[in-house]
Amino acid sequence: MLQAINDALSIALESDENSILFGEDVGHFGGVFRATSGLQEKFGRDRCFNTPLTEQGIAGFANGLASNGMVAIAEIQFADYIFPAIDQIVNETAKFRYRSGNEFNVGGVTFRTPYGGGIAGGHYHSQSPEAYFTQTAGLKVVVPRNAYQAKGLLLASIRDPNPVIFFEPKRLYRANIAEVPDEDYEIELGKAEVVRQGKDITLLAWGAQVEIVEKAADMAAKKGISCEIIDLRTLAPWDVDTLATSVKKTGRLLINHEAPLTGGFAGEIAATIQEECFLYLESPIARVCGLDTPYPLIHEKEYMPDALKTFEAIKATVNF
Amino acid sequence: MSNATSDNETIVHSVSFLDRDSINIPILKVLQADGTVYDNAVLPAIDEALAHRIYDTCVFTRVLDERMLSAQRQGRISFYMTCTGEEASIIGSTAALDDGDVILAQYREHAAIRYRGFTTEQFMNQLFSNEKDLGKGRQMPIHYGSAELNYQTISSPLATQIPQATGVGYSFKMQGKRNIAICYFGEGAASEGDFHAGLNMAAVLKSPTIFFCRNNGYAISTPTSEQFCGNGIASRGPGYGIHTIRVDGNDMLAVLAATQQARAYAVENHSPVLIEAMTYRLGAHSSSDDPSGYRSKDEEAKWQQHDPVKRFKLWMFNKGWLTEKQDAEMYENYRKEILAELKVAEKLPMSMLDTIIEDVYDTPTPRLKQQLTDLKKHLKKYPDSYPNSKGRL
Repeated sequence: MLQAINDALSIALESDENSILFGEDVGHFGGVFRATSGLQEKFGRDRCFNTPLTEQGIAGFANGLASNGMVAIAEIQFADYIFPAIDQIVNETAKFRYRSGNEFNVGGVTFRTPYGGGIAGGHYHSQSPEAYFTQTAGLKVVVPRNAYQAKGLLLASIRDPNPVIFFEPKRLYRANIAEVPDEDYEIELGKAEVVRQGKDITLLAWGAQVEIVEKAADMAAKKGISCEIIDLRTLAPWDVDTLATSVKKTGRLLINHEAPLTGGFAGEIAATIQEECFLYLESPIARVCGLDTPYPLIHEKEYMPDALKTFEAIKATVNF
Repeated sequence: MSNATSDNETIVHSVSFLDRDSINIPILKVLQADGTVYDNAVLPAIDEALAHRIYDTCVFTRVLDERMLSAQRQGRISFYMTCTGEEASIIGSTAALDDGDVILAQYREHAAIRYRGFTTEQFMNQLFSNEKDLGKGRQMPIHYGSAELNYQTISSPLATQIPQATGVGYSFKMQGKRNIAICYFGEGAASEGDFHAGLNMAAVLKSPTIFFCRNNGYAISTPTSEQFCGNGIASRGPGYGIHTIRVDGNDMLAVLAATQQARAYAVENHSPVLIEAMTYRLGAHSSSDDPSGYRSKDEEAKWQQHDPVKRFKLWMFNKGWLTEKQDAEMYENYRKEILAELKVAEKLPMSMLDTIIEDVYDTPTPRLKQQLTDLKKHLKKYPDSYPNSKGRL
């Protein structure tokens, strides 16, 4: 996946000379995960560079660039470290257009940030903070599930006329290796994808959890349960139609995310689907999520909404 | 006066700007590379016992860093960070404090908690995340903390401890105690907004706090030249109205002298002090980092010659307080002790699963208890898939 992201960034810089890329350690070093490797050499220090160590500065700087016609691609080194920037993102990035009556906008901003657990990162290298941002009107929130998706969604995010937070599932950075086309392509934002057709239950996930629900679906298939799998891809604005169509067909829904259960984005989805599909539902909507605790180290496996927990929840939902 | 700048403001009638070099910042040096003291240097208060406590911490830290980095390479622990090259900055400053002073460290200051008395066993328990770890195995290795030793538990986010230290210092003032807070941070963290917030508040509210900057040249890969354009971190102190000093961070006696006087000033005047220690991170940022991608071997070799532990050792030799033989024995003893404690700690089990919901709040909420109950039911069904909690429910 890292190579696909690097490729997307290279194409973005190549195809628009107004685009610049910056963040902590992204310059010559190429980022702590090497996602920006070689880009400073290719595009020069003016367009790909290290910033001082200040997330609020990075976000504010990005807002300023975009407000004056630039395309700002900013990296926040870990999603856990996005919080110093939350004032700039929530009060500025998200509201620039609305508050000015569209006199100004910062649609050229894209924040890339690695999120999620499974790498023995403890509290501060594992969090999935997407729900803090899905509640902020004006931001688009995008999460890719694999290398192919990462390239197309990232290019679409950079070129979208709205600010985007692009969460990259860091545990797939090196694990997800796939053939990705060399050419410039985009995947439309705001569209979920039916990854697997099924008839008994719909499983919804995003990012690294898509492969988890795929594993659970394989286990369920051996018990004769047919799962439909949907990758939400864009969390804000999210594709209600694709999901509602699926749930009307299967009559059941399970949502899986790594972030804690309470206040997680699954709650919003469940509320919407019970409105849209109330008479079609054959069982309560299930949520398989992180616990309502900070992300732990030694009990990481126990904390995670893994394939086994998902499998159990599939059976319970189908046998309700 | 509502807009006071200075009591004796100079008025000029033609445009003139200040720049980077408008303030000349001297650097305090006491010890020379050969372990002798500069001719006119003023020594800190140090006797043989204090010198031994300092040197003992140096040796322990060197051996710990060497052994545990290699344990990480062997896959026995998941992560490690060394403080090699920065021992004088950390130990020299901590040694100037009262044990009741609260330490708020960044993450590279394990030598400070060792100086306070954190045992080898406690180090190993934290590094191996076992059931005896004070932090209950919840954080990555090197996130030490001990209320007993007045060393607040490490938090990975950078610079968050800086305004917190201002609050801790202020609380001592309110409590009428003659104690201070000391806050460690790197020159990279000083770019965070929390640095500005913390120092400005400390100056305005008169909080007895020492802000100790380890200027070690790099924030992961980013050199100071890409971090700031001013004259280091010290140049910012006078801007906040804070008493400020720059010291050679590889000079144990200079760091000790500066911090002793800083502490006395902070206590007497209920005021903050900023210390900038000029040093060098000889190791990688962490076990996940490879410095060959951003700096040269030549540069590292140059700084090896400024080894702070060696310089202090030579001073100890010169004083007749240490011999080569004793020194070699100290290293050997710590190697044995650390290896022995490592072998014990790595065999201890992890904390019981119940700890997963403890300390989220003072007592677990009904919802958390329900989540734990549901989780246990699941784990009992699939014990082999969750080795850390197998038999530990």
